[in-house]
Amino acid sequence: MTPLLAEGTTRAAIGAAEGALQQGAWLLVALPLAGAALLLLGGRRTDAWGHWLAVAASWGAFVYGALLFLDLRSLAPEERVRDLTLFSWMPAGGFQLDAGLLLDPLSLAFVLLITFVGSLIHVYSVAYMEHDDDRRRFFAYLNLFVASMLLLVLANSYALLYVGWEGVGLASYLLIGFWNHNPVYATAAKKAFVMNRVGDFGLSVAIMIMFATFGTVTYAGVLPNAGEGSTNAMTWIGLALLLGACGKSAQFPLQAWLGDAMAGPTPVSALIHAATMVTAGVYLVVRSGPIYEAAPTAQLAVVIVGAVTLLFGAIVGCAKDDIKKALAASTMSQIGYMMLAAGLGGIGYVFAIMHLLTHGFFKAGMFLGAGSVMHGMNDSVEMRRYGALSGAMKTTWATFGLGWLAILGVPPFSGFFSKDGIIETAFATGEGWRPWVFGMATLIGAGITAFYMSRLFFMTFQGRKRWPAEAHPHESPSLMTVPMIILAVGSVALGGFLFVGGRFHDWLEPVTGAVEEHHPVIAKYPLMGLTLVLVAVGVALAWRQYWQAEVPQTAPRGSWITRAARKDLYQDDVNEAVFMRPGQYLTRSLVFTDTKGVDGAVGGLAAAVGGLGGRLRRWQSGLVRTYAASMLAGVVVLLLGVLAVRG
Amino acid sequence: MTPLLSVPVAADFVAPTVDYVAVLPMLIVFGAAIVAVLVEAFAPRASRFSIQVGVALVGLIAALGAVGKLIVDGTRVETAGIPAADGTLAASIVIDGPAIFLQGTILALSILAVLTMTERSTDGGAFTPQASAVPGSPGEGAARRVGLVQSEVFPLMLFSVGGMLMFPASNDLLTMFVALEVFSLPLYLLCGLARRRRLLSQEASLKYFLLGAFSSAFFLYGAALLYGFAESVRLADIAAAITGTGRPAVVGQDGLLLLGIALLAVGLLFKVGAAPFHIWTPDVYQGAPTPVTGFMAACTKVAAFGAMLRVVYVALPGARWDFMPALWGVAILTMVVGSVIAIVQTDVKRMLAYSSIAHAGFLMTGVLAIDKIGISGVLFYLFVYGFTTIGAFALVSLVRDAGEDGVGGEATHLSQWAGLGKRHPMAAGAFTLFLLAMAGIPLTSGFMGKYAVFSAAVSNGAWVLALIGVLASAVAAFFYVRVIVLMYFSEPSGSASVVATPGVGTLFAILLSVVVTIVLGIAPTVLFGPAEAASLFLP
Amino acid sequence: MSASWVVVGAVAAGGVLFFTLGMLANRLLRPSAPNPEKLTTYESGVDPVGRGWSQTQVRYYLYAFLYVVFAVDAVYLFPWAVVLAELGWVGVIEMGIFLGILAVGLLHAWRRGALRWTP
Repeated sequence: MTPLLAEGTTRAAIGAAEGALQQGAWLLVALPLAGAALLLLGGRRTDAWGHWLAVAASWGAFVYGALLFLDLRSLAPEERVRDLTLFSWMPAGGFQLDAGLLLDPLSLAFVLLITFVGSLIHVYSVAYMEHDDDRRRFFAYLNLFVASMLLLVLANSYALLYVGWEGVGLASYLLIGFWNHNPVYATAAKKAFVMNRVGDFGLSVAIMIMFATFGTVTYAGVLPNAGEGSTNAMTWIGLALLLGACGKSAQFPLQAWLGDAMAGPTPVSALIHAATMVTAGVYLVVRSGPIYEAAPTAQLAVVIVGAVTLLFGAIVGCAKDDIKKALAASTMSQIGYMMLAAGLGGIGYVFAIMHLLTHGFFKAGMFLGAGSVMHGMNDSVEMRRYGALSGAMKTTWATFGLGWLAILGVPPFSGFFSKDGIIETAFATGEGWRPWVFGMATLIGAGITAFYMSRLFFMTFQGRKRWPAEAHPHESPSLMTVPMIILAVGSVALGGFLFVGGRFHDWLEPVTGAVEEHHPVIAKYPLMGLTLVLVAVGVALAWRQYWQAEVPQTAPRGSWITRAARKDLYQDDVNEAVFMRPGQYLTRSLVFTDTKGVDGAVGGLAAAVGGLGGRLRRWQSGLVRTYAASMLAGVVVLLLGVLAVRG
Repeated sequence: MTPLLSVPVAADFVAPTVDYVAVLPMLIVFGAAIVAVLVEAFAPRASRFSIQVGVALVGLIAALGAVGKLIVDGTRVETAGIPAADGTLAASIVIDGPAIFLQGTILALSILAVLTMTERSTDGGAFTPQASAVPGSPGEGAARRVGLVQSEVFPLMLFSVGGMLMFPASNDLLTMFVALEVFSLPLYLLCGLARRRRLLSQEASLKYFLLGAFSSAFFLYGAALLYGFAESVRLADIAAAITGTGRPAVVGQDGLLLLGIALLAVGLLFKVGAAPFHIWTPDVYQGAPTPVTGFMAACTKVAAFGAMLRVVYVALPGARWDFMPALWGVAILTMVVGSVIAIVQTDVKRMLAYSSIAHAGFLMTGVLAIDKIGISGVLFYLFVYGFTTIGAFALVSLVRDAGEDGVGGEATHLSQWAGLGKRHPMAAGAFTLFLLAMAGIPLTSGFMGKYAVFSAAVSNGAWVLALIGVLASAVAAFFYVRVIVLMYFSEPSGSASVVATPGVGTLFAILLSVVVTIVLGIAPTVLFGPAEAASLFLP
Repeated sequence: MSASWVVVGAVAAGGVLFFTLGMLANRLLRPSAPNPEKLTTYESGVDPVGRGWSQTQVRYYLYAFLYVVFAVDAVYLFPWAVVLAELGWVGVIEMGIFLGILAVGLLHAWRRGALRWTP
């Protein structure tokens, strides 16, 4: 099998960190971590001012990140990869591992995204969570999240990345279940946690194979040597990493948790489940680029996962009536785009990360907009009960609208540059059937995206008003609108800024290596035109159905595909049928009902294990003679075992 | 050559030399135990309890100091190379790196255990007022009213600690057997001294005694067979006989060797609680007074794994291909049985018992790495696991039934732990930390411990063990997390429970355990260094 | 190798067969005359009193233990006496410590009233 990316790429060598600014990069993680610790340990005493401390910690990290960025930019491109060793972490015999940070263009791009968007959302949350008794705890978790996420992207080894990976998982769990007095939300948190564990299992397996193959798990030890390992090992590492990425980034087949994760407060959905944490999988794949380039099968798997998820999410998004769940489906689909691009390699890396950044802005903006709408509508999320809100909340409408134009990919908004780049790359990479299949998937995805995002926008802000009488929609306070406005500016201009003159491509070059342009199987400008036509068709369809026509307040039954999409294309049922039922039949342990709440793969597995436990428990009869007999049996088996080995 | 069989002639006799500094920790502990017996005999009843606590603490701390001196000196670890010189007491005891590390661990843990045993603020303490009174009889009621205390707990516990110090330092099988009995017999008694549910406690004691005697018999029989093979009980001689460099092994005597190894292993596997010899664990852990359970769970495991390491690494390296497959099977079975059965437990002490079985399996993966980093991994794991366990059981002893007249007996049913997080955030938080550490969540000491043993296993080709270990950990994580969820996200059902206000001793033990768990999770190097430096056995 | 296992198997099978055949022959050849007397415990021709699981007075155990402790320490005294000349005074002191430790146990038993026959 030929690699999707034929040319070898050259990446910049790693240098040691120099200067006080680079040496102090650990402060990036330490600042928000200290914030979280102070808030958690400080208790009620910090209630009065705790949220401002968290905001300050987050902005502090941003300022430091920006200074670092300027510092790296002042260096020559080939010197922009810096390694900072912090302390000896696991010196276990032949295995020496230092905890250290890697400062390079890729990690710094993430640092800026996380700290900037994160800080804006901190500000927004001050107002959004104003009436919550546990606001301090909320901010502590947010800070914990920022610290973990920064550790994740700054780590210089897979082991330290894993620590951050678990940290963001924990923060996500805590924040989804923040209102855990509602059992549904607590269940959602548990579901997210469990499905993430499945992914984490993949990541830990990958790390183990890496260690067995290379004897080290640092990027510096693994990535430059990836080409020399056996293709077989690289394929397994790649697939295991992909499983990890799928869990964290809600990619097929581990995507089911993201919709339920919307149970968390909306700023959390914006920060964690749209802009940053869920994109960690894309980061992992891009960071591990050399491994995938040495394992074409794994690389192809990434592309397929991306393509399936982007269509899957888009279809689900068309049917959801809950504004946050529709946005979540859209997130899933957009990350599918990034994943696909990351799997294509080469220029695909650049567009994957670029789309990640632009998406971080416009999707976070839209989530904050959704939060603002909910704020004004008594926390209702039912889009069928919105309509014509544009008059009542002008700022929200305008900022949301700009985000909408950006995700549609209308020039010259942000999404146009990044998404069009991905579509073009998909049509340009690989041979034979691949450019056609993957290219068409991205193209069709763009059309569906236009439809469901327009549907969402029109149902919420346009058409006729459908709110109940007791709702009094109003604009949110300025602490909430200002972050939305800033994000909207990003939605408008960030894509163009990064794309024009190949700015972002040049910036990432030390990490992704220099890449050649490929020629798409359809010429560039006709392809762009085709995309825009499809987008226009999608918008027009949505306009006819959800602006012009009356939107029923209760959802009509719909066609079979609508019904399927509403139920997440039966993902939960598939999980149940494939994993849970056989487990239960196998053990007949219907008594073990603890898993009732946990639908999904691991729930079923737990039922099976629990049933086994119930069986084994009978061994523990309480009679000392039974114990002695079982010990004797053990002795006999052990003796026979020892003798058999020799015999 | 064979002094046990031929009549010794006075001229052949060489008096053993004793390196008193090296065995000082053991001497101090045994001395303190004897003093404690005298205190028990002569001290007035009113002040007996406090004197006993004082003697126990002073003895253990002084012994820890003596271990500290050995560490500082360090010479004994390096210079000793020749059997007669390195060992003491005719080379029946060897004080090398692992022995010093394990003795230090045992002493530190037993100091915490003594502190938890001093707890009397909760319902008069964990121990029965008079062990000889029939449960439920008028005599028992009278003893309770008078306020008697069974303060023999402390001398018994000191003897047990002394045996534990000796066990991993034993250089021949007979000394090892003596040590095994010295630390086991007091434990059997201690298990039967619970204040509440005394019948359960006495049943546990009897079961532990019977099965313990059964396993000791296997150990002794194994030692006898190995003596038949090597004509010596010294570990180094056995190793030499296996490789054929010592006394030429009798041709065709491999049967003796293999059966001897297997039977010896049974005795050790029983003590660490490995399946299928684990079966006493849940009943005994549940029945014993909770501070004793904590002491037993932590210190016995340290001592027994120390001895297992010594036997496997010093006596049997030449025969490893013969016994490794069988021990692999035991390790796998132990991990699976421990994690799987724990899921269906409804009593927190039984759950922790099964969890300790699972941990025995994880530790065995480190032992079976047959490598230096395996040793250091196991040493590290034992240290962190010991602290987590003592802390966890100390907390269990604080959660009580909410009776009408204040605190009642221990509330060990899991349903009584529901909603504890809301009512007692500090206690629930600490317990959560211990559970997370046992589950091996990163940034807790347990993660580094698991990481150390699994990576040792992987780097020595035992990746199957490590894989099963990781899977079993995942299963185990489920039931640990279930308790956390229960504490934080469930409404209380069933009879209510309260957390008793701990006394100074228990509080200190819990706090220290918390600190160790966190510090070694974040900066494991602090202990990895010493563990690595200590991980060299002397023959 | 396998041949030796065949032998082991044959011996085991032979043992089982021998036992089964013996019992079978016994059953076929013997006369059958059931009688309740035959089910009682045999105690040298005396009629049994009480049940098989009778308890012995616990105090006897204590004396048995004390006897064993001091009988066993005598076992150590004999070899020690043989080499006493080699060991010199150090040996005497060490044995003194050993016996002293045993004596402490006795002292404890005495103080706690374990040596009194009547409570």
